[in-house]
Amino acid sequence: MSKVNAILQGTLNWVDERFPLTSNWKAHLSEYYAPKNFNFWYFFGSLAMLVLVIQIVTGIFLTMHFKPDASLNASGVPVAFASVEYIMRDVPWGWLIRYMHSTGASAFFVVVYLHMFRGMLYGSYRKPRELIWIFGMVIFLCLMAEAFFGYLLPWGQMSFWGAQVIVNLFSAIPLIGPDLSIWLRGDYVVGDATLNRFFAFHVIAVPLVLLGLVAAHILALHEVGSNNPDGVEIKKKKDANGIPLDGIPFHPYYSVKDIVGVVVFLMVFSVIVFFMPEFGGYFLEYNNFFPADPLVTPPHIAPVWYFTPYYSILRAVTYPLFGIDAKFWGVVAMGASTLIIALLPWLDRSPVKSIRYRGPLYKGFLAAFIVSFFILGYLGMLGPTPMRTLVAQICSVIYFAFFLLMPIYSSLDKCQPEPDRVTSK
Amino acid sequence: MKKFLTAILFAPLLAFGAGAELHLDRAPDKSGDMAALQNGAKIFVNYCLNCHSASYMRYNRLKDIGLNDAQIKDNLLFTAEKVGEPMKIAMQRADAKVWFGAAPPDLTVIARARASEFGSGADWLYTYLRGFYRDDKRPTGWNNVVFENVGMPHVLWELQGEQVMGADHKLNLAKPGKLKPQEFDAAVGDLVGFLKYMGEPMAEFRKQLGVIVLIFLAVVFVFAYALKREYWKDVH
Repeated sequence: MSKVNAILQGTLNWVDERFPLTSNWKAHLSEYYAPKNFNFWYFFGSLAMLVLVIQIVTGIFLTMHFKPDASLNASGVPVAFASVEYIMRDVPWGWLIRYMHSTGASAFFVVVYLHMFRGMLYGSYRKPRELIWIFGMVIFLCLMAEAFFGYLLPWGQMSFWGAQVIVNLFSAIPLIGPDLSIWLRGDYVVGDATLNRFFAFHVIAVPLVLLGLVAAHILALHEVGSNNPDGVEIKKKKDANGIPLDGIPFHPYYSVKDIVGVVVFLMVFSVIVFFMPEFGGYFLEYNNFFPADPLVTPPHIAPVWYFTPYYSILRAVTYPLFGIDAKFWGVVAMGASTLIIALLPWLDRSPVKSIRYRGPLYKGFLAAFIVSFFILGYLGMLGPTPMRTLVAQICSVIYFAFFLLMPIYSSLDKCQPEPDRVTSK
Repeated sequence: MKKFLTAILFAPLLAFGAGAELHLDRAPDKSGDMAALQNGAKIFVNYCLNCHSASYMRYNRLKDIGLNDAQIKDNLLFTAEKVGEPMKIAMQRADAKVWFGAAPPDLTVIARARASEFGSGADWLYTYLRGFYRDDKRPTGWNNVVFENVGMPHVLWELQGEQVMGADHKLNLAKPGKLKPQEFDAAVGDLVGFLKYMGEPMAEFRKQLGVIVLIFLAVVFVFAYALKREYWKDVH
């Protein structure tokens, strides 16, 4: 046994002299000290990594059988659409891989939204973690691009008309808009050129950027250390060895804890994949089982659920301004609604980080923000009526007020004092 | 306070009231009923598969519903040479467009595509196939309650007979067909059951596998949780 150990140790030494294996293992896992009081909300970072891996692995296998081809086959069905059904029927276990990928897309947004909400609850974006937040926001934007490009690929009615609507938005930009939208599509309508370029973006361009950003997100996190539900810095209280008193090594403590989270997540994920893969039309829209038909506009075009809050904000803008079409300002508002989240580190002027010690003003604004986010999301799935547009306008104002008024209300708020050390409950 | 908050939360939802309602009859559930699905397959091949293809569905996939290659070959294989071929049709799409105004759609996943907030795709098909009525204003002489001005004529009219739209917007059977109304409903139920099966042939297996996967994960959970408890007992 000792001989085997000696050989293993020798091999490790050989590697360590040539590659920082042990030092990285220590820096990021076995001697990365995380606060000991992580709660439920801290599962979603590692779960987002898990879903990323699921999406990449299932995506690789889907790419082996999917054909990004908009031309019609002998039965009059677009080749891309038919190849998805080929995966569902003729590729061994293809249906499972496809459902994991389609469910994974929605699961990605669920865990990322919860991960972001955690950051808002406990002020994880505050100094010195501004860059972690910025990297995270760019990941979020890439994720939206990835989802948008991927949604075109099955080449169903919603794929086609969703892409048509979104790319057309760019035509609202003054002067360059119409040419820009043709340049994006590669054609006057969404067509084979669009499908092929979206495929390229979806399978390689965006994932490459995404992986780099995830690495940057984690490197930045491990540089400054994790925040925690109390929002106090554990690095301020260290023992004689320089180890934070309230820190525990990520491995094994959080690796074994995250495995529990992973198993619970996989159970929920499996319930959807195996028993309700369409999830009532929210994860796989019913209309998308009709092949794309450029001549038949569906009566109601709705984006997938994770885009609907921003889509609602887009539609809520109905006033032209400075002689430019309302549609353009809708696009501006939609873009602003996603970008403004990145400014949180500089908008928040509260003396405390965590919601546990914040006053009623912040709690009220946060609650109003979450409620209007859900209402906007719900409205984005429905067709517009004057009443719905009015509600969407009110909710959009609340959405932006949460951010724009934050410098005022977060500094006026009556906060409780933060504890010196983390608390266990 | 909570009640008040809930009221404020849901008050706007009242204003959203849905648009046009579509009333659909509930299709009987035929999943796993081999005799019904086989009967549905027979009706599909005889009545639908002349104009509509099911081009992602291979004939020999019908083994799922309890048929063997010989039975498929002898009874159902009208439009292809080999049991491994998909259910395609001879009619050219360009011709079909001239004859019907629109090429009849491929039906492989129609039961998934027709689902909506009003009911499942099977419900829609069950209502649609029983909802044809005489309308002299239409070129085919037929109209439909859920698909207004449909291009398709009533292919099952011999079985159902002829319905007319009454002044009360209810359908009445003016001329009886070969089947009694209950028998016709049962036959359409079988056909819709088959269409639903064809939309996702692996659906039954998927659910069976899901139970096994969940049991496996539940066992893994017990070990994972015990492991976590063991490691964390010295963290205070």
